[in-house]
This record gives sequence, C-alpha cells and structure tokens, in this order.
Amino acid sequence: MRSLGKYFIFMRSLITRRETFRTYIKLITQECINVGYNSLFIVGIVSVFMGAVTTIQTAFNLVSPFIPDYVISLVVRDMAILELSPTIIAIIFAGKVGSSIAGELGTMRITEQIDALEVMGINSSSYLVLPKVVACVIMYPMLVILSIFLILLGGYLAGTITGILSSVDYLYGIRYEFIEFNITFAVIKALVFSFLISSISSYKGFFTTGGSLEVGQASTSAVTNSCIAVLLADYALAQLLMG
Amino acid sequence: MIKIKNISKSFKGKQVLFDISGTLLKGKNNLIIGSSGTGKSVLLKNIVGLITPDQGDVKYNERSFIHGSEQDRKQIRREIGMLFQGGALFDSKNIEENVKFPLDILTDFSEEEKIDRVNFCLERVGLVNINKKMPSEISGGMKKRVGIARAIVNKPNYLFCDEPNSGLDPQTGIKIDNLIKEITSEYLITTVIVTHDMNSVIEMGDHIMFLLQGKKLWEGSNEEITKSDLKELNDFVFATQLMKQIYLR
Repeated sequence: MRSLGKYFIFMRSLITRRETFRTYIKLITQECINVGYNSLFIVGIVSVFMGAVTTIQTAFNLVSPFIPDYVISLVVRDMAILELSPTIIAIIFAGKVGSSIAGELGTMRITEQIDALEVMGINSSSYLVLPKVVACVIMYPMLVILSIFLILLGGYLAGTITGILSSVDYLYGIRYEFIEFNITFAVIKALVFSFLISSISSYKGFFTTGGSLEVGQASTSAVTNSCIAVLLADYALAQLLMG
Repeated sequence: MIKIKNISKSFKGKQVLFDISGTLLKGKNNLIIGSSGTGKSVLLKNIVGLITPDQGDVKYNERSFIHGSEQDRKQIRREIGMLFQGGALFDSKNIEENVKFPLDILTDFSEEEKIDRVNFCLERVGLVNINKKMPSEISGGMKKRVGIARAIVNKPNYLFCDEPNSGLDPQTGIKIDNLIKEITSEYLITTVIVTHDMNSVIEMGDHIMFLLQGKKLWEGSNEEITKSDLKELNDFVFATQLMKQIYLR
C-alpha cells in the first residue's frame, strides 16, 4: 500500500512544476522515436509470426467438415484485435521499452544526473518521465494497430502459402461479421497498457537506490510489475467493456 | 552568504546530522570536512535542497530556502551551480549540450549567445575543441572540469562542490582545486566544498567546518586548523605521516 501511495504521489509530481511547452515537444518527439520507431522491428517480426502460427494452429484444431475455412481467418482476426496485439505486444513492449526506461532512469539516479536536474530547479520527474509516458501513450496504440495488420498479413501468408485456406476464404473471413467496437476496445486497452508500462517502469527506475546491481534489479522489477499490471488491467477491461 | 540554522536530519530513525549551525561566507572557499560517513554530503544536500531537513533552516542572503515560498526556492535554485562527485554529466548529451543545458532551461538567450557562453566557460576551465565529444569519451578530470563549466555557465552566486578531487590523481586534483579557488575569487561567489582531502583544506580553506559523527565540532580558517587543540580535529588533520612531518616538527 505504501508503494502504491508513493506511486500516486509520483504521478502527481509529473504534472506539477512543469517546464515550458516547447521543452516538452522536443523531448516527446525524441521519446516517440525511442519508444515507437525503435520498437517497429520487434513488434513487426513478433506480429507476423504470431499471425502465421495462430492461423496454422487454428486450422489444425478446426478439422470438422461442417466448419467453413473462412472461420480460421475470423478467429485469427478476433484474436489479433482483442488479445494478441494489445496484450501480447504489451508484454513485449514492457520487456523492451519498460526495462529501457527503468534502466535509463536508474542509471541517471545513481550517477546523480537526477540530482543535477533538481539542483538546477527543474522538476526532474516531470522533465524526465512525463515525455516518456506521453510518448508511450501516443506510440503504443499505433504499434497495436500496425501489429493487427501484420498479424493478419502473417496469417494470410501462412494460410495461403501452405494451402490451409484460399486467399478468397481468408479475406472473406477477416471481413465476416466484423464488430467495429473491437478496434475501439483494442485502442482503449493499448492506451491503458502503455500508461501502466511507462509509469510503472519510470517509478521503478526513478526511485532506484544503490549501484549498478540495483539498476538491473529495478529493470527486472519494472518488467515484472508492468506485466502483472497489464494482465490485471486486461481482465478488468474485458469484464468492464465486454462482460 | 549562506546561514545554516540548527539543521538536523535522520534516516529511518537513525540521526545523521545533529543541530548544525554555521555561516558560509561570500567570496570565500567554505570547506565542510570530516571523515567518510560523518554526514558532510548529507549536510550539503540539505543546503542545496536535495534533502529536506527534519528541523532547521538554510538562508541564502536572508531568504529562507527551507521555509520560503516555491517562487523563492526556484529563484535561489537558479543562483546555484553544483559540481557533483562523479561529474553527473548527462550521458545522452555531448559536452556542449551538457554545459548549455542550464541556459536552455533557465534563460531566454539566443542560440548564438548560448554557444558563446558555453565556449567561454569551457575555455575558462581549460577545455577547448571537445564540444562535440560525449561524456564517455573524456577522462575523469575532464568530466570534473566540464561539471565546473556547467555549474558556472549561468553565472551562479553560489557554487557547491561535492568532493571535487575524489578519484583524481594528486596533480589533477590540485588543478581542479586551483580552478575552483580562482573562480570563487574571480566571480566573488560563495563556494562550498565538501572534502576530506587535507591538501585542499590547506590550499584553499578560507573557512572550514569540521564534522564528526553528524555534529559540528570546529569552525575556523586553514591557518587556525593546524593550531587547534581539539583532539578529534588533530586526529583527522594529522592522520597522514606527511602532515605530521610538515606541521608537528
């Protein structure tokens, strides 16, 4: 409970004693490149392979002659939009971006770079953390949308190249009984998850004490806590918005 | 001038500073000395506001830093420059960006004015043509110099140095000490240095505070320190054979 209280006080400190808007624009742009652009490769490769594997495994389990082939791509589509892209990519995002944020802030803390900012009269939490949180909240939903497309592409390639289903069936399946709200749901999930990952990782890194060993521990703890928070939020959002 | 009034601080029930008071003089090198773990750095962090004391106050020219308004604190912080033990240079910025950083945040200078000021400060600390290097590409002594350049770039009234020559060879340490001494008298700023290096104490200690186990035991000048009768101070000052040979002949 104490950590939770400290976390909320930390969150409040992000929006008090802010710097100029111009300063934040520059920092947020840089962070968007760090968290968004630099995550494209890993998100892309994981998404394509998840799509391919999901298609093959779904086809393997749907062996009944009464189930039409297009159901495979329908399942892949709904899994991609509802769970694979927002949640599984969030776990990967926590591993890549969350650990990087915690490591960066932890190193800045133990090498007194954060103290240097404070002595200059800068609100270090707002200056360092707010741009990271905003950048994650902006970029992660975009990565999720991209991931959905790439999962569907991966599924298409795996399905058609291996002859599991025809191109026509696949395209028919991904359009069949499409529920637009699912996309909204995925974006809401992405917003919540990105906020949780960036804020928890920042919190863990920002309050690192000790030396390099503790920085490593902070990074690990950031990823672990972010993943747990993402899974709990995933369940809560599913219950709230779809239950 | 900085006045420290009855500063006490404890961490998790363990008191590390006991009712410390003193005055840090303008245009002088004010040294806070004492053995490791005695609370020097904690006192320094209390003075610059990185730690809030449990009780007491710090006054910068009669302006309260601890109990003053947020606006006052912000103004005082803008008048402070600090050299950290490891330099505390920002890893992601090159030397020029590091030194320019306080100007970017705290001033409305044009880019040209900022670069001129950065080059002036780097030249002042004896560093030229390293503007585009990264902190990881320069030596420890150079990092300290860059740290000093960053600390003075915004023309501070108060300069704080946390063990400025730790981790440096004696020659480089003396150069850093001399540089701080020159800057202090040149710009007539209040310089506060935390150190346990006796060479620094003798060379530049205009005004010295001696701490032991969180308590201020002695205050005076570098001329008085070798003549004191205080046993604890003598144990600290004459801990090395060299000091004994020089002063206790």
